[in-house]
Amino acid sequence: MTTDTTSTAGPPATARVVDRAQYGLAAFLVVVGGCVLLDARGLHRGFADQPVQPYAVPYVVGTVVVILGLALAFATWRGDVPQAEEGEDVDLTQSSDWLTVAKLVGVFVLNLLVVNRLGWAISGALLFAGAAWALGSRTWIKDLAIGAALSLITWYGFYVGLGLPIPPGVLDGVL
Amino acid sequence: MDSLGLLADGLASAATPQNLLYAVLGVLLGTLVGVLPGIGPAMTLALLFPITYAVPVDSALIMFAGIYYGGMYGGSTTSILLNTPGESSSVVTAIEGNKMAKAGRASQALATAAIGSFVAGTIGTLLLVLLAPTVSEWVVELGAPSYVAILLLALLAVSAALGASKLRGFISLFLGLTIGLVGTSTGQARLTFDQPLLADGIDVVIVAVAIFAIGEALWVAAHLRRAPLEITPVGQPWMSRSDWGRSWKPWLRGTAYGFPFGAMPAGGAEVPTFLSYLTEKRLSKHPEEFGKGAIEGVAGPEAANNASAAGTLVPLLAIGIPTTATAAIILDAMRSYGIQPGPQLFDNNGALVWTLLASLFIANTLLLVLNLPLAPVWAKLLRIPRPYLYAGILFFAALGSYSISFEPFDLLLLIVLGLLGLAMRRFGLPVLPLIVGVILGPDLEGKLTEALALSGGDVSTLWSEPVAVVCYVVLAGILAVLAVNAVRRRRSATSTDQEVAA
Repeated sequence: MTTDTTSTAGPPATARVVDRAQYGLAAFLVVVGGCVLLDARGLHRGFADQPVQPYAVPYVVGTVVVILGLALAFATWRGDVPQAEEGEDVDLTQSSDWLTVAKLVGVFVLNLLVVNRLGWAISGALLFAGAAWALGSRTWIKDLAIGAALSLITWYGFYVGLGLPIPPGVLDGVL
Repeated sequence: MDSLGLLADGLASAATPQNLLYAVLGVLLGTLVGVLPGIGPAMTLALLFPITYAVPVDSALIMFAGIYYGGMYGGSTTSILLNTPGESSSVVTAIEGNKMAKAGRASQALATAAIGSFVAGTIGTLLLVLLAPTVSEWVVELGAPSYVAILLLALLAVSAALGASKLRGFISLFLGLTIGLVGTSTGQARLTFDQPLLADGIDVVIVAVAIFAIGEALWVAAHLRRAPLEITPVGQPWMSRSDWGRSWKPWLRGTAYGFPFGAMPAGGAEVPTFLSYLTEKRLSKHPEEFGKGAIEGVAGPEAANNASAAGTLVPLLAIGIPTTATAAIILDAMRSYGIQPGPQLFDNNGALVWTLLASLFIANTLLLVLNLPLAPVWAKLLRIPRPYLYAGILFFAALGSYSISFEPFDLLLLIVLGLLGLAMRRFGLPVLPLIVGVILGPDLEGKLTEALALSGGDVSTLWSEPVAVVCYVVLAGILAVLAVNAVRRRRSATSTDQEVAA
């Protein structure tokens, strides 16, 4: 290897681009691999006629995940940058808007916390309206109405059409 | 022609009024969801999966075939009418298709795509009918050692053959294998963290919906296009005589490219659509039109795309190995009905498989009959406000996962894995190796156990069959090429480093 090209003294054209967030992914992989290995240590020998022990595959997978994490860290340090995925509605020319993502995750988590208590017909409507709000819609009443229509239609559709009894929650007896 | 006789029986059972209704429903739903921007065929299948729970298995498979072909068709409509890069398999279609649409020939582009898809889908399904039973008869002779080798080869091919970064392919694969470890299938709880709800492992549907739907919705949310997209208005699709004359050869050539690539492990649709595009550009009598909206450039790749989809069903049905994300979800769907794709499929579930194959023909035909007149309606779907579109995706993803067992815990898994899907898009990790790893990882462990149990623990059994040896040789070859490339790249990188330093 030669001189450290990341030094700010060098001309900008030669500066190595390092995607620092990718170190986070590398660390995540090492942690995941470590968990798999730790978990495998806790497994006992299986039955005598079990030629592949329950811990055999986890040891292999865990080790490789750790190695891949280290390899990614090394590649990142060498200036390897990911190619982010494109899509019809994706505009990669602007910076990432993680606030919207956080709002969406929040709305989703709220739904999973209340779905059994309130029932899908209510929580689903809130999920739709909340997600639409997070994504920039500002027509509250319309969004809630659409969400309620969707969740009621799907609730009855699953209950009557598919025979899947979704728990009704607080609306038990009303629906 | 034994296969054709069986196919006729399948056609008879698929053509009952009730089953035809399911086929129509499947095609309409598949197209409806597939047309929506940001939703590809794999996500369409994953989202619509729960609908098939409650119907009888043959109707469910028929509906599924309709959703499959409908989703594929819907994707090409989106890429022709929207001026943006969409999913990888229709990128090539979009090059000329979008130029045609801009030049006022959207109707012709949609028509040649639809009819080309029909031609390629029909020929491809016919080849599938002729090939799959033969391949499965051959595969049924193979023992567990060969299976272990084939699975290893499939996992390697899926991770290494696609995408620019092999490292990222392997990271994705091993994340998938890790998820596949969760559960008590070996008699002891692995990675369940004493959580009883994890004892049965993580449902592949949840993984697929999380990675495809939630991951995609969150990724789009982080980068939502603020400026509205240009959408080309479209009337009734039709083609003039000269359009037909310029289209039929590309359709056939596209089919010839698409099917073999689809049938190969990790062949996919990207390479054949691209090859088809290059071929048509070279053979065209109007090369000057390429880049400005040449109909051959839509007809060929679109046919290749659909033929490849039919091709992927050969390894899926005959060996039980999915080579695309869509095939991975079909595999999971079939397993959820207690049907195990693979060599025994044609013996154990003969009637069902022939019904499925016959319904592919029916779906393909319905698609043409229904969708040509409906094209203007589908085009309106492209204007759906984006907050509603992505809120809707989250809504249906949550509903689908919740409906598996009505456990909020499944929703927690969904959002956690969805965040993983978001990270994968941010860091350029391909999605396919992960899904394939989740599905085939436990298979590999099972087959390995089976092989070693039969040999009494003697490891040499693993290379005791000729097919296994061939697979390992190919495997070693791929690894060698990867290693050589890596060293060569590093050397060139170091030399530029030195030049820079000097």
